[in-house]
Amino acid sequence: MIPANFTYHRAASVSEAISLSQELGEEAKYMSGGHSLLPMMKLRFATPEHIIDISKIDGLSYIKEEGDLLKIGALTTQTEMEHNKLLKEQYPIFGDAIWLTADPSVRNCGTIGGNIAHGDAANDQPALMLAVRATIIAAGADGEKTIPIDEFFHGFYMTALEAGDILTEIQIPKAKKNSGGAYHKVERKVGDYATAGVAVHIELDDDGICQQIGIGLTNVSAVPMRLERGEEVLRGKKITDELIAEVSQIASEDCEPESDLRGSEAYKRSIVHTITKRMLNKALERARNN
Amino acid sequence: MTINGESVTAEVDSRLLLVHFIRENLDLTGTHIGCDTSNCGACTILLDGKSVKSCTYLTVRADGADITTIEGIAAEGTNHPLQQAFHDQHGLHCGFCTPGMIMRSIDLLKNNPNPTEEEIRWGISGNLCRCTGYNNIVKSVQQAAQEMQKESESV
Ligand SMILES: Cc1cc2nc3c(=O)[nH]c(=O)nc-3n(C[C@H](O)[C@H](O)[C@H](O)COP(=O)(O)OP(=O)(O)OC[C@H]3O[C@@H](n4cnc5c(N)ncnc54)[C@H](O)[C@@H]3O)c2cc1C
Ligand code: FES
Ligand code: FES
Repeated sequence: MIPANFTYHRAASVSEAISLSQELGEEAKYMSGGHSLLPMMKLRFATPEHIIDISKIDGLSYIKEEGDLLKIGALTTQTEMEHNKLLKEQYPIFGDAIWLTADPSVRNCGTIGGNIAHGDAANDQPALMLAVRATIIAAGADGEKTIPIDEFFHGFYMTALEAGDILTEIQIPKAKKNSGGAYHKVERKVGDYATAGVAVHIELDDDGICQQIGIGLTNVSAVPMRLERGEEVLRGKKITDELIAEVSQIASEDCEPESDLRGSEAYKRSIVHTITKRMLNKALERARNN
Repeated sequence: MTINGESVTAEVDSRLLLVHFIRENLDLTGTHIGCDTSNCGACTILLDGKSVKSCTYLTVRADGADITTIEGIAAEGTNHPLQQAFHDQHGLHCGFCTPGMIMRSIDLLKNNPNPTEEEIRWGISGNLCRCTGYNNIVKSVQQAAQEMQKESESV
């Protein structure tokens, strides 16, 4: 399979990429890892006339804590995240997800920015970003934009990024005492996209009361989905087995899966029920031990 | 770009996939094409030291890169410890997946010189083998890990 013809451009900086994109117009696409875009081009689902390679831009690959925030540069590969000490020690939810994302060679290329910017509910990072209440930083022709994650995903492959915008950084509230997250997805085989996946992030106070909770679902809706009704049940409460059961039930009701090769709608709702319960328990345990 | 230590200059179509450049332009046919959809790993090469599926990489993006294919991992007439181990442990039947398995395993052992069996199985999870049932492949990687550790200790 060979992609349709296109013209290749390589940008050395964010500003060069943005001005190239303005010059070339609607038919230009950015490529970072290329492991979502190129497969689509090979299948001719995508036929951009211009590819602007942004993978060689310096300074967009980092993982650091600054002030109250964890900051991840958009071009950081999933392999770099997998081996990062800070993420391993303080943010285990990333390890949970990346371990189950594609395979090591794909992760050597695929970037976190691309995984989110692709706007695909089947990717793992969107649900995670919803759970950890991320903020997306993008650069565009009219300067920098700060986009709360709740406003980022608009539709199937559609995000708040406008033509020419480059996602540059992901910001996440820094890990606090008594906080913890967990992610799991069920997949048909290693490396497959999720049949269904659930990300949970919990913050407790010293009395074990849930102060902050985020729940995101993978591949059970057209747009990456936040389980708001479930979060409401837990916020401000002491999390008990009964409440966890209630939220798992809500998750299985509120998700919007469709029957496909990965399973029937009923099967997926049942998986969401089970993983929501497990991830709430796992995140809770991590929060209590942190 | 540099391939197996030799500098290569070429002008190519922007849509030419790296695997086609390697096999057809350079005649290095040890890198295989299995699925052509980034699933099987038969096309795995090392790009700047990292395993990459060359069916999902544009040649133009490899401008300036340092590439290693199966042909370049050992000097003429000698075997890389992984090649030797696949031979000793019967880590292949038809051999179609083997170049990819070996290239992937080089990256794996570089990051994790002494992997557990589970880490090996996850580490080669993007490489499919239709013949061996994987057990002998895992044994091969284990043997090579030991050999390579011995080698690095003696240096
Ligand atoms: C076999 C296989 C299995 C996979 N399995 C999984 C899986 O289980 N889970 C999962 O989450 N992913 C999976 N993936 C996808 C993989 O993780 C991708 O690499 C990742 O989703 C996209 O990152 P990328 O850097 O390759 O993006 P690209 O393919 O380069 O780009 C994707 C899209 O985002 C845009 N884009 C990229 N970067 C930016 C940026 N900085 N700013 C603005 N727009 C940008 C591009 O224009 C394009 O539209 C799989 C991929 C393959 C090939
Ligand atoms: S041919 Fe590249 S992964 Fe199968
Ligand atoms: S030995 Fe035949 S595919 Fe692996």
